Amino acid sequence: MMTDLTKLKIADARDLLKKGEFTSRELTEAHIAAVEASGTLNAYIEKTPDIALAQADAADAVIRAGGSKSMTGIPVGIKDLFATKGVHTQACSHILDGFKPEYESSVTQNLWDDGAVMLGKLNMDEFAMGSSNETSYYGAVKNPWRAEGSNNNYVPGGSSGGSVASVAGYAAMGATASDTGGSIRQPAAFTGTFGMKPTYGRCSRYGMVAFASSLDQAGPITRDVRDGAIMLGSMAGYDVKDSTSVDIPVPNFEAALTGDIRGMKIGIPQEYHLAGMPGEIEALWHKGIEWMKAAGAEVVDINLPHTRYALPTYYIVAPAEASSNLARYDGVKYGLRNVPDGGNLDDMYYTTRGEGFGEEVKRRIMIGTYVLSAGYYDAYYLKAQKVRRLIADDFKRAFEKVDAILTPTAPSAAFAFGEKSNDPLAMYLNDVFTVPASLAGLPGSSVPAGLSENGLPLGLQVLGKAWDEETVFRVSGVIEEAAAFSAQPEMWWR
Amino acid sequence: MSDYRIQGAKGDWEVVVGLEVHAQVISNAKLFSGASTEFGAEPNAQVSLVDAAMPGMLPTINGECVRQAVRTGLALGAQINKFSVFDRKNYFYADLPQGYQISQFKHPVVGEGIVLLDLGEGKTKEVGVERIHLEQDAGKSMHDQHPQFTYVDLNRSGVALMEIVSMPDMRSPDEAGAYLTKLRSIVRYIGSCDGNMEQGSMRADVNVSVRKPGDELGTRCEIKNVNSIRFVRQAIEVEARRQVDIIEAGGTIDQETRLFDPNKGETRSMRSKEEAHDYRYFPDPDLLPLEFDDAFIEAAQDSLPELPDVKKARFMSALGLNDYNAGVLVAEKEQADYFETLVAALAKAAKKDEAAVAVKASNWLTGDLFGALNKAGKTIANSPVTAEQGADLLVLIEDGTISGRIAKDVFEIMFETGKDAAAIVEEKGLKQVSDTGAIEKIIDEVIAANPGQLEQYRAGKDKLLGFFVGQVMKATQGKANPGMVNQLLKPKLDG
Repeated sequence: MMTDLTKLKIADARDLLKKGEFTSRELTEAHIAAVEASGTLNAYIEKTPDIALAQADAADAVIRAGGSKSMTGIPVGIKDLFATKGVHTQACSHILDGFKPEYESSVTQNLWDDGAVMLGKLNMDEFAMGSSNETSYYGAVKNPWRAEGSNNNYVPGGSSGGSVASVAGYAAMGATASDTGGSIRQPAAFTGTFGMKPTYGRCSRYGMVAFASSLDQAGPITRDVRDGAIMLGSMAGYDVKDSTSVDIPVPNFEAALTGDIRGMKIGIPQEYHLAGMPGEIEALWHKGIEWMKAAGAEVVDINLPHTRYALPTYYIVAPAEASSNLARYDGVKYGLRNVPDGGNLDDMYYTTRGEGFGEEVKRRIMIGTYVLSAGYYDAYYLKAQKVRRLIADDFKRAFEKVDAILTPTAPSAAFAFGEKSNDPLAMYLNDVFTVPASLAGLPGSSVPAGLSENGLPLGLQVLGKAWDEETVFRVSGVIEEAAAFSAQPEMWWR
Repeated sequence: MSDYRIQGAKGDWEVVVGLEVHAQVISNAKLFSGASTEFGAEPNAQVSLVDAAMPGMLPTINGECVRQAVRTGLALGAQINKFSVFDRKNYFYADLPQGYQISQFKHPVVGEGIVLLDLGEGKTKEVGVERIHLEQDAGKSMHDQHPQFTYVDLNRSGVALMEIVSMPDMRSPDEAGAYLTKLRSIVRYIGSCDGNMEQGSMRADVNVSVRKPGDELGTRCEIKNVNSIRFVRQAIEVEARRQVDIIEAGGTIDQETRLFDPNKGETRSMRSKEEAHDYRYFPDPDLLPLEFDDAFIEAAQDSLPELPDVKKARFMSALGLNDYNAGVLVAEKEQADYFETLVAALAKAAKKDEAAVAVKASNWLTGDLFGALNKAGKTIANSPVTAEQGADLLVLIEDGTISGRIAKDVFEIMFETGKDAAAIVEEKGLKQVSDTGAIEKIIDEVIAANPGQLEQYRAGKDKLLGFFVGQVMKATQGKANPGMVNQLLKPKLDG
């Protein structure tokens, strides 16, 4: 084969497929081999080569007939929380053992309608609860990146750990992911990939296993900004089956990548300068600011005064919704059912849920149940909703003055396994920069922008106004170009 | 004020009743899914992915259910809330697939309204409605299908219910019964619920407390899921008695949920306040707040038919019916419709004003037809005699074609065979004889054949007039015009 097809970007492959340089079957076979070779990463928890090849052949027929669409023939991985008809869909939880839905999520259906090819289902934190992919029932995912001169493994971030590892590890050209408080952006930053969480309501949640309904949004993980624009364009769109999806047209995101941000105003939120944040993160942020200026944008200091309340607010709202969303996993209808001998209905609940949920999920169900309980509702849930409004108002005011906001994506580079898994608060701090935009429902990306001192990827986050993903893509594209991020992980796992 | 009292050892007690009525909304589909809602389907035949709470499934509101709740609110003269919110009521049960019920807690779609009770003899009473909210029904647990397992049928899961919550305004079993009767009549009039309590499409939770007249409200108990008006009345009676006995024995009432056992005629505890669920209500993040505009409300208002109270008043003022008959006729929409068709057809055929024939029509309907229907175990909806046929029959009396006496026989045949009155009269030769000559001839024959009776009559035994009338009618097989017989007979007898 002329080159390693797995190293191609979606945009390139799309053009080469159209030109007939290779077929989708060839591209897909190369990826199926790469998936097989990526076992050490533990990114895939279910492989679907038969489906992939059938879709690839169909794509080739479409291409020959000149009917190519945006994703025709492109092999992608699907996070395990997207329902895929007849295929493993468990949000990487034990409690959904054996569950294969009879329906397809709207986001994946959109991808298949545009000709994409499914390589398999990707590992994730159980029910998307985690920032390191260590809470998956199927075991942790390894970050394809290692520190310079080290053979130690690092977490890929979470919850979309399998998505980023498959894309960074050349075992998928792109992957679906979901972001509730940072689950697209933080792992993208940890793996040198591009991640985009669109505006809440841009992608349908129909067929996405729910974690926190008012926050969950699907988005793509890709190897560059253009690929992200292409893939989100396919995933997004109004859906009558999701009352919270919004009926506005999906723009051509790729067309927004003009590289021109002259005259644009970029906000730098002063509250994001955290005490004790590693110098390399501050330095990267500063670099990003200089890139903005060099590209002709005006950099403006802004204030988002309620930022420090964002994490506590998030860790009330998200568990509250989760405690209710996860009540349906009770052993009655599908998935795991454990009943002790002679046990009654309550015994079935205790045993099934006790054994079916992991520790982090149980922790959040308990937090969520507590904050919704009589006597605590006003003090926690209701107050959190009020603060959430204030946080959204902060952004609204800021966006009266600026077109986009630039911040670091995460307060550190990828960390080692076990480093934070026994300290939930330290783990939750990973989301400190991503959670506020989630609470406000705003679009945000993470762009690979450099390496840490020990050679691990770092990302910058771009936030935009509601429904203005185009500006986020445009600014992200400028960062990508300025950063000229060309580092690649060594392929130690193949 | 009701004078219903529970007589205790230490004086009289007043009972205070409030009702929460769950009324299944008539709609093409469930509240948040496209699944059908027809009663009596095979278990689990009407279950969508949403109803079964499959992972990643989302509710989407069925606008028809909202419209029906708004129409019901308008029919109760209630405030309609253009902004309302769906909340999750969280609890675990095997027939609640989501682990929560989608309901409305803080912001219901309908606010305060009024139900006017008819208490007989022209007496009425207003009972306040606190709110109506929309919610999902649960599935059904079946514990009698297997010795070890409980089976679950999700056909009902997700079906739209209106919960109509009254104020604690009722003071007797009669008032509670009248409230349910009226409410059922109204929802049936407007077609928002079929009101069939035996099928469970209307059920009541009954809140009962007792107090000395004039005192503060006592502690209430809630009797869950009572499924007939008769049982509601019985449950109130026995529960009030139970509470009085406890209080008079020096005890206190625990606020709790109870069940009514109609076989034993008692209520018993289901769960106490301590065991009460903490439902952890919060706004359902899968659904936007429910908002609609004035045009939606106006369209709902325009779709309402004439309601029973208005109809009754019109029957009395415009058609001259008495309170009782008007009340009976409007209680069921089908009856009122039948009556109106009957009156219109009769007035047209008899070339008279509706007001001139309405009372006769009402008497025939509430007397003859209702009596026959009742005896045959039928309802007005499946009456073998249509309103048009009834009008034809009454016209024959009105124009003297048949006598009232013959009309009863004709009606019986109509009811049995469904044939038209005119055809029966024709076929059986029942036409009234109004020919003076013919009647006179028969009279002469009857008088000639009964000389003894004639003598006695002329000697002053006036009562024998009836005997002669009877003989004449007998001789004509009842077909002689009775008015004419009377008119012609007397002068001849008197000589």
